[in-house]
Amino acid sequence: MSSALEKTMEDTIMFDLAAAPLRELNEKLQTLPGGTNQTAWRIANPRGAHALAVGITTPVQVLIDGHAGYYAAGMNDGAAITINGNAATGVAENMMSGRVHVKGDASQSAGATAHGGLLIIDGNASARCGISMKGIDIVVKGNVGHMSAFMAQSGNLVVCGDAGDALGDSLYEARLFVKGSVKSLGADCEKKQMGAEDAAILSDLLQRAGVAAKPEEFTLYGSARTLYHFHVDNAGAY
Amino acid sequence: MCGIAGLFLKNSALEPQLGALMSQMLNVLTERGPDSAGFAIYGAAAPGQVKFTLRAPAGFDMAGFAARFGASLSVHDDHAVLSLAQEKAAELRNALAKMPEIIVVSVGNRIELFKGIGLPEEVGARFGLAGMAGSHAVGHTRMATESAVTTEGAHPFSTGADQCLVHNGSLSNHNDVRRRLMREGINFATQNDTEVAAGYLSYKLREGAKLDAALTQALEDLDGFYNFVVGTETGFGVLRDPVSCKPAVMAETDDYVAFASEYRALADLPGIEAAHLFEPEPGRVYFWERAA
Repeated sequence: MSSALEKTMEDTIMFDLAAAPLRELNEKLQTLPGGTNQTAWRIANPRGAHALAVGITTPVQVLIDGHAGYYAAGMNDGAAITINGNAATGVAENMMSGRVHVKGDASQSAGATAHGGLLIIDGNASARCGISMKGIDIVVKGNVGHMSAFMAQSGNLVVCGDAGDALGDSLYEARLFVKGSVKSLGADCEKKQMGAEDAAILSDLLQRAGVAAKPEEFTLYGSARTLYHFHVDNAGAY
Repeated sequence: MCGIAGLFLKNSALEPQLGALMSQMLNVLTERGPDSAGFAIYGAAAPGQVKFTLRAPAGFDMAGFAARFGASLSVHDDHAVLSLAQEKAAELRNALAKMPEIIVVSVGNRIELFKGIGLPEEVGARFGLAGMAGSHAVGHTRMATESAVTTEGAHPFSTGADQCLVHNGSLSNHNDVRRRLMREGINFATQNDTEVAAGYLSYKLREGAKLDAALTQALEDLDGFYNFVVGTETGFGVLRDPVSCKPAVMAETDDYVAFASEYRALADLPGIEAAHLFEPEPGRVYFWERAA
């Protein structure tokens, strides 16, 4: 066992990045066997390091105790990862399943291309939140920046604050719920009537993210589906 | 890629540590820019004096040259800072105009500007960055994309008296803008895109624009990806292009405002745990100044 590892009374495994390299941490987290009893981890001194706790495939709990750099919790498949600070570009990118909770703000491309799981951001997310999302649920308690949900394919994006320019540009599918204002909608994104099924999905996500808002306070946006097929009338535009 | 670090001190008690703090920040950003590095330090101004930072070839008698103008001299590797009486400045400029081997790196009341090829740590050590004091500093680590790795192509670029610019990104219309600026009498030493942005700001300021207005106009006229950090005699400004692909994070405390390409470069600043951290918004001009 590395000197950076230390088991506490609560059976949380402490890993101090000031004492051991990131590669060692990720190797340990990525090679945990399915039935591991090492289910709770705390990472000290992350200091904005990149690729923290990426590629975990076992349902363990990981607390990153500080600010995280690029692609934190990327490719997560089943773990519950909490970042006790801000996250830089691409937090939870390509998540397959599990849960990632950012206690602070997230930079651009949060939840990019992710297939599943739940990403909760307590603060704001900047540009391109949920870009090309493919099934992930994202709940942002603050605002999202421009081009959020760009080319989103499926999943749900919940924004409790405001959305920036070009929300849902070139959207395939995905539900975009926004409580505040939307600066502008992107190409082929439109306001939708919220049905009972949509409201139930939103209500469940709000409850799981610990947000005390009601579904009727939100507006639903989705794809107008006019970009699905090539229209010969538009040939001159190319 | 490239890395940017900017540090503006509000608390003068930190001034002796400015160079050491900037040095730490730049060294962390080595992975973003290992080709070359540079920094502008705004130190104390002496009344009636002006500072020229010059770069000379090896073997040049800088002490003898400085003595001709009654300038005090501070040598930092291949750079030298000459401080001289303002009324002697024109005479020095005339002499320099006839000496193409001497590069004028910066001119101003407070700015001193140093840059060179190599890892940031080596460049900082060559110039003695860690021992420098001042009120604010702007630094850069370069990974070249648009032009060659040369000392001239390293950042910061001086944009006028006491002004400098660093850039992370790439401009797509720099050839066109360069041609237009050359017609207006702005000179360029390199094919570098950032030098065009610097020249653009020099031109706008020469035409009477304030720096914040010039930066706002840059949003219209410069096309491409950019995070700009500009230094002036009394402060520094930040501008990101409207798409904002290039990373930026800022920290503000009662003691300082800091800019970095990544949080890692801020992690060792004093009191960072309690700092207000934020990402500057796209297409918005930010400016911090203190009374001169």
